[in-house]
Amino acid sequence: MSGPSTYEPASGFTRWLDKRLPILRLAHDSFVAYPTPRNLNYWWTFGAMLSLCLVVQIVTGVVLAMHYVPHVEHAMDSVQRFRRDVPFGWLIQPMHAVGASMFFIAVYIHMFRGLYYGSYKAPREILWILGCVIYLLMVATAFLGYTLPWGQMSFWGATVITNLLGALPLVGESIKNWLMGGFAIDQPTLNRFFSLHYLLPFVIAGVTVLHVWALHEAGQNNPTGVDVKSKADTVPFTPHATMKDLFAVSLFLILFSVFVFYMPDALGHADNYIPANPLQTPPEIVPEWYLLPFYAILRAFDFNIGPIDSKLAGVLAMFAAIGILFLLPWLDTSRVRSMRYRPIARQFFLIFVVVCVVLGWCGGQNPGRILAKAGPFSATLTWVQGGQVVEAPVSASSEGGFDQAAAAVEQQLRGQGATLTAVRREGATQGVVRGVVGGAEQTRTVRGETADAVEAEITTVRAEVGAAAPFFIVERRVPPTFTVTNLSQVMTAYYFLFFLLILPILGLRETPGRVPDTIAKPVTDGKAQGAA
Amino acid sequence: MAEAASGAHEDETTRRDFIFIAAGAAAAVGAAATVWPFIDQMNPAADTLALSTTEVDLSVVELGQQVRVLWQGKPVFVRHRTPAEIASAQRDDYATLKDPQLDSQRLLQSNGQAGRPEWLVLQASCTHLGCVPTFVEGSAFGGWFCPCHGSDYDTSGRIRRGPAPHNLYVAPYVYMNDTTIRIG
Amino acid sequence: MAKRKGLPKMLRALSAAAIAAIAVAGVALAAGAAHHPEDHPFSFDSPVGNYDMGQVQRGFQVYQQVCAACHGMDNLAYRHLGEEGGPFAAYRVRDHETGEMTMQIGRPAHGGSFVAVTDNPWVRAIASEATITDIDPNSGQPADRPGRPSDHFRNPFPNEIAARASNGGAHPPDLSSITLARHGGADYIRSLLLGYDGEMQGTLYHNPYFPGGYIAMPPPLNPDVVLYTDGSPTTVEQYATDVTAFLQWAADPHMEQRKRTGLVVLGFLLALSALLYLAYKQVWRGESH
Repeated sequence: MSGPSTYEPASGFTRWLDKRLPILRLAHDSFVAYPTPRNLNYWWTFGAMLSLCLVVQIVTGVVLAMHYVPHVEHAMDSVQRFRRDVPFGWLIQPMHAVGASMFFIAVYIHMFRGLYYGSYKAPREILWILGCVIYLLMVATAFLGYTLPWGQMSFWGATVITNLLGALPLVGESIKNWLMGGFAIDQPTLNRFFSLHYLLPFVIAGVTVLHVWALHEAGQNNPTGVDVKSKADTVPFTPHATMKDLFAVSLFLILFSVFVFYMPDALGHADNYIPANPLQTPPEIVPEWYLLPFYAILRAFDFNIGPIDSKLAGVLAMFAAIGILFLLPWLDTSRVRSMRYRPIARQFFLIFVVVCVVLGWCGGQNPGRILAKAGPFSATLTWVQGGQVVEAPVSASSEGGFDQAAAAVEQQLRGQGATLTAVRREGATQGVVRGVVGGAEQTRTVRGETADAVEAEITTVRAEVGAAAPFFIVERRVPPTFTVTNLSQVMTAYYFLFFLLILPILGLRETPGRVPDTIAKPVTDGKAQGAA
Repeated sequence: MAEAASGAHEDETTRRDFIFIAAGAAAAVGAAATVWPFIDQMNPAADTLALSTTEVDLSVVELGQQVRVLWQGKPVFVRHRTPAEIASAQRDDYATLKDPQLDSQRLLQSNGQAGRPEWLVLQASCTHLGCVPTFVEGSAFGGWFCPCHGSDYDTSGRIRRGPAPHNLYVAPYVYMNDTTIRIG
Repeated sequence: MAKRKGLPKMLRALSAAAIAAIAVAGVALAAGAAHHPEDHPFSFDSPVGNYDMGQVQRGFQVYQQVCAACHGMDNLAYRHLGEEGGPFAAYRVRDHETGEMTMQIGRPAHGGSFVAVTDNPWVRAIASEATITDIDPNSGQPADRPGRPSDHFRNPFPNEIAARASNGGAHPPDLSSITLARHGGADYIRSLLLGYDGEMQGTLYHNPYFPGGYIAMPPPLNPDVVLYTDGSPTTVEQYATDVTAFLQWAADPHMEQRKRTGLVVLGFLLALSALLYLAYKQVWRGESH
């Protein structure tokens, strides 16, 4: 793609400079003359937005570091002082906080775009992997940064995430303590997190240079996924792509500004305005919105898998969810890049997007929340009005034999005319069976939408019946339920199946739609044309 | 025909140039306006500015004593002068001075009103290179002596000998009432 | 062929169902456990809404006379009250007839110069009413002195342990950013203050807006305990609304400036986007794409 350089120094100075440091030539070849496919649509403008986000985060971050104090006693106050007293602090702090969210909005769209148009396929595997590395670094940076204000979410988020590493067998605990610099999140942790949070963005900038380098080596993909055939398929990057990027960036800045100026706290969590308290966990710990899907995957594993306990399984699955992206270029077997020509794959892709959103939603919910149930919660209450209570002790010879012994005693009582019997175990082998003889047996069933509602009903009935009934048996029935955890499990299964099963098999079996010979030639009338 | 085409072409050029210049100018203005907050944030913050005044309770300073207070992070002497020191300062009003000033001028409050001879409020930084002078110890004029390079000030804080170019600067102060002054 | 067509259709239906499921779940979420705070139309609610400074001043009075007995506001200093955008910001104005300079609270319609916080008589008076424990510059021992504008709000307790000891084990939270630190913000605070129904459980008070339903704070407001000078009603509801407005200002003192700036920035960006769009179209004129 690079081809021979077309840069011609215009003045004496630039000719002189070009012989010594061809930096202007590099800039010209990379960002001016660089051939760009004609048919790129607006989904291709997110790279420019991401560059802007990185610059905004670094500049505002450097400014924040001038005023921030990485000390457990002063961290939150120093952020407050920045917002209240430092000139324009009220503007720059929300820019940094909102900027993180904007960065992730842009990166997710950028990634889904790459996924849809097959931008990870040969010869762009390294380009895609470098992108995944950047994403991983972004996640790490965001997590470290969220710790710095030292609010409740900072503290407990850091606690939970470092505890994930403790799930690793044998070395987990040592790694955890090494990372925290102690046995809990504390001053040493805050100090090192601050240092690393300052460092990582520059690493991201470095990998971004590699990412752009790889992009310029392979050339940009385009909505048809067809390779650029000739110069006629392309336009120079400047001004064509530059202008379009600038326009899109300007729209992006409008969204950014709406959040900074009118909803600076909408994307954050109220609990992070409460100073960190190691003695009290907030009622619910949730990460920032952009990590919620992974959080849902982590919590989806509430069962052990063979020798792997549920905690480790969740941790492994969470890391695998990102790790699998690195393998994507080799998991997708289709020879067609763009899903525009893969109608079936496109449907699966759209479901995948929905699944990611649903996972995000699940991550923010109480995992035990019931989403659907087959029928109401209910309980059958049985009691006897009047009658006489009889009692018989149970004594079993062994712990395992208790049930049998109790059943025998029950049988015996029933033989004496008892209509209702109940067993109360009072030890490993001891117990008592009570029964009632005579009286009128009463039964009532109560129902409710929640278990609590049923309990309330039971209490009411019990109070009504009162001491008149010495015998009161409650049989609770919980309907089969579908909880947030169950939903997360289904979604997690699809997330992994999409990469491990659907893409590999579909690529071999599907019949692609007709692909154009060149990118300039539209396949179906107006479809490719309308792209830009 | 050729003329008309060229005219249309010119219109086209003008329109295009106008859009580019307008967009470029707008972007430049936006960028410039964005830069300002990032520069201004390094200026003293509101809490720092609020500490730019210091109040001193004079009633606790004994005759012949001085207190050193911090004003804007810098030391200030508030000296309760004895009649002998006042007399000495006034006597030297017309001596040969490097930086001639009357003692009464050195007592002026920042609002222009006259001060009181027994209270002298000086910035405690030697006008040479900024060390804090000591009182009497080493001074041939009964005033302040700078240990760093030997500048010698009299009881009015005027430079009498040594490398310092100016008298000790008077800190801006006003009497808030009989026993309190505000510096700054 | 027909067979193949069937699959995408089904998948489409599936994704539609998934979206519908999210929508339903979202509605279900809205009906949470604790009572949803009552939506009060505060002056600062809308994107262009400002603080009602008279209300913020009254709210400060309520804070001083009621809340401050137990709650600190460590991030606030008395000077903040008199800074631009604060409830006691003072301006010098020249009387048109007499030519005399007078001072007033609040920015006049036109003219007027801002009075530095250190010279603001209202702020000085408020600060000097507080007793601040400081180090005596002569003896080096802790000593009380009247407050100055640069002092932070006096905290009723020296530390958290002392606060708990005086409040039956509960820690009255710092109120500096309280409306940001609670779900529901200002509406929640106001609802909480008005939500007591007299029921008690041990030493805890029932309040349906408080998560869990029982709160350690006794009902703080009673009618006529704070005397207003501007004729506003001295009811519990008025007190709760006013003090909430004050707490919102305290948590977000630069809101007015932020909203004003936002308007300019958004206007600028819309114009810039329009120009950039025209420039983009101009560049691509005649290019097939």
